[in-house]
Amino acid sequence: MSTRVGIVLFPGSNCELDVAEAVRSLGGDAEILWHDEPSLRGVDVVVLPGGFAHGDYLRPGAIARFSPVMEKVVAFAEAGGPVVGICNGFQVLTEAGMLPGALQKNAGLKFVCQMAQLRVESVDSVLTAGLTVGDIVKMPINHFEGNYTCSEQTLTRLRSNDQVILRYVGNPNGSLDDIAGICNEGRNVVGLMPHPERASHELLGSLDGVPLLRSLLAPATPGCADPLSG
Amino acid sequence: MRYAVRVEVRLRDGIADPEGATIERSLPALGFDGVSEVRVGKSIRFVLDADSEESALGEVDDLCRRFLTNPVIEDATISIEAAEVLQ
Repeated sequence: MSTRVGIVLFPGSNCELDVAEAVRSLGGDAEILWHDEPSLRGVDVVVLPGGFAHGDYLRPGAIARFSPVMEKVVAFAEAGGPVVGICNGFQVLTEAGMLPGALQKNAGLKFVCQMAQLRVESVDSVLTAGLTVGDIVKMPINHFEGNYTCSEQTLTRLRSNDQVILRYVGNPNGSLDDIAGICNEGRNVVGLMPHPERASHELLGSLDGVPLLRSLLAPATPGCADPLSG
Repeated sequence: MRYAVRVEVRLRDGIADPEGATIERSLPALGFDGVSEVRVGKSIRFVLDADSEESALGEVDDLCRRFLTNPVIEDATISIEAAEVLQ
């Protein structure tokens, strides 16, 4: 049976169909979940896609975290369910307190829209399980607020727990410690600024997002929350 | 009681403020010299019904921490005064 991926559509999200297309092209089932829905319909994986949820009013992700569906997403993640936030989805996860730190405005004063080179730093997460540490992958980034920041204590904890999963090669936005993606301590909640779904077909200029999406579509892996896996 | 509340949200020191930096860089071109440390924030105003100034302050403080600011990157200053009764 195909893995069912629920993609949350907030008012202002704009990458949900890209994620759905990429998931389907890899043999998964994709369902769009409206943010006002009281249920996740029993999906196996939840993706918070890119865009401008609730117009990014107040701060990116600040209002999205109060969307009714988020209560279910939090419970799903607490039960070990895989949750991935891409770009604006990453901002929502930090605002919701599901991932530490925050995404501030890019250091270079510019909206960045380019292909980024990334180094795989940890393969112990629901999104990177199928990769190899040290792999260099190419995926597009497209954001104004992607400059990851956190307190010194949080950074120390992220490093010692191997929670940084992707780093930029050639930092495009000022992110602390070149961080492009992190996971939670359970390794089932992942946030990243690059867009794997836009690197899922030759015509898009890169296929490097495919192994990440495949990792997500791998049969439900409670092992990702394995206490022995660091 | 009704209280007029003003919350000023500022980026914390060390947090990138591209808007402030851009304004600062454009000032000399307009002949305004000697302006530095430009920071851009947000001012949020609202009216709150509360039993006392103390309880109003407590509620606004909670509102700031949980919603109006992201404590990782922002601080807030709160001012409260009794609102004029209009009716």
